[in-house]
Amino acid sequence: MADSAAVDRTDAELIAAVLNGETASFEPLVKKYQPRVFATARRYARRESEVEDIVQEVFLKAFQKLRSFRGDAPFEHWLMRLAVRTCYDFLRAHRRNREMSFADISDEESDWLERFGADPSDASEHAAAARELVERLLAQLSPAARLVLTLLEIEDRSVKEIAALTGWSLSVVKIRAFRARAEMRKCLEKLAREKYL
Amino acid sequence: MNLTELRKKLLAAARAHPPGGDVPYAFEKRVMARLAEKPALDLFAIWNRTLWQAVAPCLAVTLFLGVWTFLAQRNDNSRETLAADLENSLYAPLDNQTETW
Repeated sequence: MADSAAVDRTDAELIAAVLNGETASFEPLVKKYQPRVFATARRYARRESEVEDIVQEVFLKAFQKLRSFRGDAPFEHWLMRLAVRTCYDFLRAHRRNREMSFADISDEESDWLERFGADPSDASEHAAAARELVERLLAQLSPAARLVLTLLEIEDRSVKEIAALTGWSLSVVKIRAFRARAEMRKCLEKLAREKYL
Repeated sequence: MNLTELRKKLLAAARAHPPGGDVPYAFEKRVMARLAEKPALDLFAIWNRTLWQAVAPCLAVTLFLGVWTFLAQRNDNSRETLAADLENSLYAPLDNQTETW
């Protein structure tokens, strides 16, 4: 009963209660927004333990910085900015773990590439191998390139939205998007070279 | 191989399968438990914060002393007097060679 009463309260009411020292009011906020944050974190981390660490970090940061939330935009937007920046920090911290070669791609991925090489329309983008390949490709990019390509090309966000999410200026987003595409092209060339030459 | 087409295809694959928002059981309880924990005493963080807090006062004192010394030297010719006094003191034994008691 107490739980449902807490869920019925608006975000603004819950935030005000947390700021007044009622820490328990933060729980409904976590419960409400954790699926979104999990989905975002899964774009950048593969292992579930890493995803959980990222999400936990996002909510701990949100609690600590809640006083800086001014309330002129929805809480969700503020939280997602925090989530994207935490994911970027995660990518930067784990950049050394990036895979450096396409030599270990699976047979399914290799088959998919061969089918694509023979006839691009024959290789479906719904195949699991295609998803694995794109994961592998993104894992080879620099943190900034991966972030900007994910937001721009996969999540279909505008440059302005990306600037708001990342805290970068519009021109920085455009420059990083340009570099990210070039980086991706290089990775694809490497993939083609390693597999077909 | 058509790399542009391959790029489009792979990005389409990523778009077609957005990651799910599944949440582990009682994850919010875990977050709340972490919030309830007493923050560990991080000596390095305290030292780091203290150093950063000391930066502004130290800069202000350095600047003040620098300006003060500069202005004091501009308005004061005692440096010449000091140099002359030092020279006199150093050569005093040579000047008084006749006094041999």
